[in-house]
Amino acid sequence: MTVAVGAGIDERKKRAHPLLTLVRRPEIGALVAALAIFLFFSVSTQAFLTPAGISTWLYSASLFGIMAVAVALLMIGGEFDLSAGAMTGTTGLIVGVVTTQWGLNIWLALVLALAVALSIGAGNAWVVMKTGLPSFIVTLATFFILQGCNLALTKLITGSVAIQGMGAVSGFDQVKVFFGSSFPLLGMDVKISIVWWIALTALATWVLLRTRPGNWIFAVGGQVTSSRQVGVPVFKVKLGLFMTTAGAGWLVGMLQLFDVSTVQATTGVGQEFIYIICAVVGGCLLTGGYGSAIGAALGALIYGMTLQGIVFAQWDNNWLKAFLGGMLLLAVLVNLLVRRQSGVRA
Amino acid sequence: MTPGSIRPEPILPAAIRPEPLLEVQGVGKTYGSVRALAGVSASVGAGEVLCVLGDNGAGKSTFIKILSGTHQHSEGTLLAFGVERRFAHPREALDLGIAAVYQDLAVVPLMPVWRNFFLGSEVTRGRGPLRRLDVASMRATTKHELGRMGIDLRDVDRPIGTLSGGERQSVAIARAVYFGAKVVILDEPTSALGVKQAGVVLSYIARARDRGLGVVFITHNPHHAYPVGDRFLLLQRGTSMGDFAKSEITIEEMTALMAGGAELEALAHELERP
Repeated sequence: MTVAVGAGIDERKKRAHPLLTLVRRPEIGALVAALAIFLFFSVSTQAFLTPAGISTWLYSASLFGIMAVAVALLMIGGEFDLSAGAMTGTTGLIVGVVTTQWGLNIWLALVLALAVALSIGAGNAWVVMKTGLPSFIVTLATFFILQGCNLALTKLITGSVAIQGMGAVSGFDQVKVFFGSSFPLLGMDVKISIVWWIALTALATWVLLRTRPGNWIFAVGGQVTSSRQVGVPVFKVKLGLFMTTAGAGWLVGMLQLFDVSTVQATTGVGQEFIYIICAVVGGCLLTGGYGSAIGAALGALIYGMTLQGIVFAQWDNNWLKAFLGGMLLLAVLVNLLVRRQSGVRA
Repeated sequence: MTPGSIRPEPILPAAIRPEPLLEVQGVGKTYGSVRALAGVSASVGAGEVLCVLGDNGAGKSTFIKILSGTHQHSEGTLLAFGVERRFAHPREALDLGIAAVYQDLAVVPLMPVWRNFFLGSEVTRGRGPLRRLDVASMRATTKHELGRMGIDLRDVDRPIGTLSGGERQSVAIARAVYFGAKVVILDEPTSALGVKQAGVVLSYIARARDRGLGVVFITHNPHHAYPVGDRFLLLQRGTSMGDFAKSEITIEEMTALMAGGAELEALAHELERP
């Protein structure tokens, strides 16, 4: 009886077209778009494909990419973090203030900023999980709090809205090796942030696809009650994700601070949506449970290439926002289509 | 089983019924001032299917919540493997090998079948920071275990949401069995399914029974329960109308009892053409 039933199911199954299987990978759309944009600017501008040009857009992409990868993990886990952008400013300002104003050891300052970032991330997670409120609204509040504190406290302590004179702090050059250095490669001037970006994308991909916590990230984002029923530690997973995002905010804060040795009180504000857009362009579903770290990195690459490509092409750079909106809409439509194609019943 | 008989009696005489794996004697449950269940006795042994039948609000959900450890009974006794128990948490029941498969199945639709199969109990290899999922072995095990339940999936990498309702139900049963369940409690596994899909699930229930599991099958459909059940517990408005062996009751009697016998007769009169 069971054999007959089994055969009955089998004959109704259509063999998936190999191309369709490929299209089901979340990052494919972003890969195609990245290639198209690369070709477009390579052909239409002179500077884009030169070693100096490549270094510029890769650097630009790397800073967005690190955040986009962390935000993608969080989104796969079913949450948002709108405070991620302001966090890059907060951490940079903390290091700037405590070293230039109060003379704290620079390494201690780094650790202090990281501890503050992780605590804020944990705080976000705690409020979201204990209240059941949407993370969108909770982290929007955190975003405004950070934005306000960044400006008010910086002005209160330093009397201006930017930190100057970081370069004179002792130990600055040691730390710069990790966060602000660059090395020559094939005629390019490769910034260290690009290495961080690639390494973190690889690490995030490995964690997502090949470890238990990765499995749990997909699960808590896909169907949280089911995850709880089978014993996935939902709170721990979400706590880890919010803290990872905050930690990535710290890293990007440091990369910016030690690259230019100055930080503005408004740093990072308005970028939180760009991280989300990069993640969505890279195939993350807004509803959670689906996406990829490589996709998010490609999303950031698209953004970086376009940002610099528009400059090289000497267009009005206001076109960037319009492009970004179009890209987002397209990505969401493609994601919708892919989800329907794969025939998932909710 | 009497030697020489062509087919074993569907119902074993009381003397040689298997030892009950799970047994309740006069259990009841009150929520505040509401009496949801009272004085229910039933048992299920290895290789037996206990069907729990009743209309909406008869107390079926309360009954399985007591068995699976989600709620504690407020009267009577519950014996698991011969020992009196009072579960504080579903985990305690699960650790003893009593697994409930709920209607929502506890699956994540967008995740592949094999990831769902092992979710929460993933197999890993390597140590420390190199500890990673043993993907190949989990894929193979999933395919093998589903095969043992008679489910033939070509591709265990498909999102589980693309399977039919019956198949998903069966994967959930196979998962419970693989992770050491000796008693599986199925909450209305066939209620949302069409005739054919319900047949698929019933055949998997029979498979689980043949592998020596105790199955508690909750349903409101006598036509699903009768072919696969060994014993039938009929509930109505929170009380037991009896625990029958298959030989003691026919499907017509069961249907009549469930619908509230006299009420149905009255309805039949009312509906007759004048």
